[in-house]
Amino acid sequence: MASTLISNHPVTNSERTRDSKKKKKKKINNSTNQNSLSQSRNRWKSEREQQIYSSKLLQALQQVRLSPSPASTSAPRGGRAVREAADRVLAVTAKGRTRWSRAILTNRLKLKFMKHKRQRVSAAAAGNIRSSKKPRVSILRLKGKNFPALRRKVRVLGRLVPGCKKEPLPVILEEATDYISALEMQIRAMTALTNLLSRATTSAPPPS
Amino acid sequence: MSGRRSRSRQSSAVSRITDDQINDLVSKLQQLLPEIRDRCSDKVSAARVLQETCNYIRSLHREVDDLSERLSELLATTDTAQAAIIRNLLMQ
Repeated sequence: MASTLISNHPVTNSERTRDSKKKKKKKINNSTNQNSLSQSRNRWKSEREQQIYSSKLLQALQQVRLSPSPASTSAPRGGRAVREAADRVLAVTAKGRTRWSRAILTNRLKLKFMKHKRQRVSAAAAGNIRSSKKPRVSILRLKGKNFPALRRKVRVLGRLVPGCKKEPLPVILEEATDYISALEMQIRAMTALTNLLSRATTSAPPPS
Repeated sequence: MSGRRSRSRQSSAVSRITDDQINDLVSKLQQLLPEIRDRCSDKVSAARVLQETCNYIRSLHREVDDLSERLSELLATTDTAQAAIIRNLLMQ
């Protein structure tokens, strides 16, 4: 069973690389924001992406289930572990092209090596505070649109999207559009998976 | 003082991101939000779009959390053979 899965993967991967190369050529020709945004939305809506995500998610969930040790402190409850695995697989499927996907992947590494990274992260944060004043000034310069209420909303939105706490407004908007499409695909895939699993458990009686 | 001036020069380069571009991004975001898209398709204020975006992302997060809980419960009851069968079904 596992061998069929491994043999199927290279097929989808090669298809994906061929299509992504065609898309990259199109991107170079019309290098405007519009195309990249609409392409990202179409990408997350395609059936293939959802299938790729579903299969990767299933693999990751298998690993989560096979090590349900109560001794591990990083995955205290099953639901939380599933959520983290689903987010990680989503970030991997995004191929690291967006900030939120990179932030998800690096956050997991940070959590793993929390003790060592704490000193490094605090030093980096101190450096970032000085450099983050630049984007904040750019938001002030944007004419007319930026009453404090708007700025507050943008900050809240920046906190919701992973990895965008200190980014300027247009970056946050762009990341949010891609993040929303990705989340919708994640929900579609997980719903389908849940339906399949529940049907499987009801139709086939569990071994006693 | 000179630091602030040089920073303002740099930020003016960043603020070349025009209002039109921002409007474009906001309208794209607007098209994604089911609330605004279905009800009122004319121009809504940017604040409304941002508010709806935050609400929508929060509701999506809640939904993912719910699905994760259900999935974890379901996975606890099925075994590996069934999961492999499902994987094959998915790869069709």
